[in-house]
Amino acid sequence: MAQLSTLEKLAILSDAAKYDASCASSGSTKRNSLGTGGIGSTTGAGICHSYAPDGRCISLLKILLTNFCIYDCAYCINRSSSNVRRARFTVQEVVDLTLDFYKRNYIEGLFLSSGIIRSPDETMGQLVEVARQLRVTHRFAGYIHLKTIPDCDPLLLEEAGRFADRLSINVELPTDDGVSRLAPEKRPAEIRKAMGNLRMKIEEKSEPTLRTKRKERFAPGGQSTQMIIGADPANDDTILKTSARLYSSYHLKRVYYSAFSPIPDAKSSLPLIQPPLMREHRLYQADWLMRFYGFEQNEILAGQSDGMLDLAVDPKLAWALANRQRFPVDVNRGDRESLLRVPGLGTKAVAKILQVRRYRTLRLEDVGRLCQSVNKVRPFITALDWQPGGLTDNPSLKARMTPQPAQLSLF
Amino acid sequence: MYAVTLADQTDFDGWRHAARQLALAGVEPGDVRFSVVGQTAEDLFEDASSLLPEPPAGAEFTVPREVVKRLEQVIHHRDPDRFSFMYRLLLRVSREKNLLRIASDPDIQRLERMEKSIRRDAHKMHAFVRFRKIDVAGEEWFVAWFEPEHYIAEREAGFFRARFTGMKWTILTPWRSISWDGADITVMPGASKEDAPADDAAEDLWRTYFTSIFNPARLKVKAMQAEMPKKYWRNLPEAPLIPGMIAGAGKAAEEMIARAPSLSAPHHARIQEQYWEPKKMGGMAEEEIAETLDALEKQAEGCRRCPLWKDATQTVFGEGPRDADVVFVGEQPGDQEDLAGKPFVGPAGQMFNATLEEVGIDRQRVYVTNAVKHFKFEPRGKRRIHSKPNSGEVQACRWWLDQELTLIQPKLTVALGATALTALSGKTLPVTKNRRQIVTTESGLRVFVTVHPSFLLRIPDKETAARERRLFAEDLAAVRDLMNAA
Repeated sequence: MAQLSTLEKLAILSDAAKYDASCASSGSTKRNSLGTGGIGSTTGAGICHSYAPDGRCISLLKILLTNFCIYDCAYCINRSSSNVRRARFTVQEVVDLTLDFYKRNYIEGLFLSSGIIRSPDETMGQLVEVARQLRVTHRFAGYIHLKTIPDCDPLLLEEAGRFADRLSINVELPTDDGVSRLAPEKRPAEIRKAMGNLRMKIEEKSEPTLRTKRKERFAPGGQSTQMIIGADPANDDTILKTSARLYSSYHLKRVYYSAFSPIPDAKSSLPLIQPPLMREHRLYQADWLMRFYGFEQNEILAGQSDGMLDLAVDPKLAWALANRQRFPVDVNRGDRESLLRVPGLGTKAVAKILQVRRYRTLRLEDVGRLCQSVNKVRPFITALDWQPGGLTDNPSLKARMTPQPAQLSLF
Repeated sequence: MYAVTLADQTDFDGWRHAARQLALAGVEPGDVRFSVVGQTAEDLFEDASSLLPEPPAGAEFTVPREVVKRLEQVIHHRDPDRFSFMYRLLLRVSREKNLLRIASDPDIQRLERMEKSIRRDAHKMHAFVRFRKIDVAGEEWFVAWFEPEHYIAEREAGFFRARFTGMKWTILTPWRSISWDGADITVMPGASKEDAPADDAAEDLWRTYFTSIFNPARLKVKAMQAEMPKKYWRNLPEAPLIPGMIAGAGKAAEEMIARAPSLSAPHHARIQEQYWEPKKMGGMAEEEIAETLDALEKQAEGCRRCPLWKDATQTVFGEGPRDADVVFVGEQPGDQEDLAGKPFVGPAGQMFNATLEEVGIDRQRVYVTNAVKHFKFEPRGKRRIHSKPNSGEVQACRWWLDQELTLIQPKLTVALGATALTALSGKTLPVTKNRRQIVTTESGLRVFVTVHPSFLLRIPDKETAARERRLFAEDLAAVRDLMNAA
């Protein structure tokens, strides 16, 4: 095979990485280069430097070290039976590309993943070497996310945690059955153990050591994972149950849902349809309800017979419509927990309401200034000059709150 | 009518000085006109005095430091009316206590909107500045052209210095330009696009990346434009590609879907043979009776006898000498045990170990295990709340416990708590009534009864907790005596 140029490799190995949903560069510690004279900073929030027409932000150089892989996961473009073109970056090429892009302010850092070649240790060793060269040789202070290989040597994992901001291991699919059917060589038990080990390591390193009283640096951005949605028959309830388990068991920062998307050269066992983007969106919304709004997983879909999120309305509104006895909530008296359950009130609006009402009694107009859309909120609250009356229990409320189908398809 | 002329668009000191004088003299907002030098010729014809009023002797004017900080930020906004808005707000804050806390007030709402707009503009500047590399006297220099919405360039120099410390760079903007030579920030007058370099070799790589990372099957143009408004496109090297990518997306996705699944890649069979065929063999079926504890442990790894395996991380098997005289049986692994794959390593385990040590039992000489070998829990946010195994689960797991005991043949078994006692005896016996007794089971197993150490951790009252701890230690001392007597 003729030698590929860096440009050709980049085309192949970023194409191979585009099915990974994660692109976050947030949640790490703040740091900059003023002290070291190197390159790079993280502000804690992450910056999206560009957006592709698929609506997804580009904050990191997201590439594979290689797309050769000994695994044969049906949903993956890089599986061993796929006829995709293969390429392999050298460690040096990845380091240079990252620095060249970073210095031009195209990116926040690097998200490096890899197909598995020969052995997990060899592959992981190379990923770690990229991160080590960036951090040590080039004093690079930008964001680094490494995908870890479940079966690799714990020592490599330890090194990875020292250099990377975030580590991740994909659970692949919502159920073990799904994994054993579509990714026959992957072992869910190993993936779970690896995530457990990572949580233990992160907790152990966040304890101040006896000698230094300082925390060691270890994956300050935590760990995340991804599962593919729509490639197997798991319903939303099952998916959210898996997420709730993952958040509680391994203290993940994020679970990413990646709507299974047709890939070139797909296996015949998979549905070749447009990816269910709306479903993915609803899952993210439900995930937010669990993480920021105090919802328990089993509440979100309670009473929904097919275990699927309503595609027409967002899950918070769906929950409120199914639990109207909890409404209206008095914006001048209701506690934080009840206010967070009001459709249309986000965490920021709730915080503002709680602050303002210490000095003023809120009218509907005031609420309107504190939230995005007063129309969304109106049926579910009372204010000084506002009672929803029969609106809360009106059978046509859902229809009223549902955007027209034509508008829906824009999202 | 008073007229205040500021030295430039972001002359906060000038504004602050004037505002203070005016406020001290009690001038109302409607009686002041602010402008920037050289920008308001028509003002000259108005009957305005540029002299500030003399404040009355002894007058005082104080506002919270916070408002000064926030106004300092807002002066960078492009709104020409901002100076008088700032003055109005300043007066209101001085008169209305807590005004800043009232987000529903229209002026506060306007303040917040302006702040948000500035923050967003700064964020977009951090995101969409694109450096191009040039050569300056044999050295690398990075130059960018950027058009911010507000007067923020100078304010953002610090961000770029902290990020690109090891680089020399210049950011040109229409209002002001900033430069970093590795030692100092220099602020220069505004520039034009032509002053910036036209190209950079790395842009081809960047455009290749931008095109390749896009998935044509997931077109969401609105979402993209909400975050990357078109006004920024003209200075982004990747943006000219976007219309073509959108136009071609439907066809590209269709082609992907239409293409028939192909035959496996040529190297696939070889990889399967080399890596996976050997691994698919081996492994012991559960139905075969294991002859050693190690073999049993291996079998238990893949246990599916009850649904608890689905949520747990792993099977937590017993641990200790294969021929121990005493076997301790707990209830089930907890959060820490589930992660570590070892029994009794969490808080209850530490309490248990400490008590063993206190009474002089060598943990190395005893075998510890659980009645149920997978962690059962309810997820609650970031925590897992232990939930008690039901009798079906205990029953299912006896498959492993019975075999463990058969292989070890201990002289004494210690049931820690009710679940363990049920699992060992096969019936529900009260722990309190049988505590510190030895129950002999149908199969002839001698079971010493005590509480589970986690019970001790849950007692809120200090005195009761201390008393129960002593009782537990006494129980274990009795076990020690039985061990020594045997």
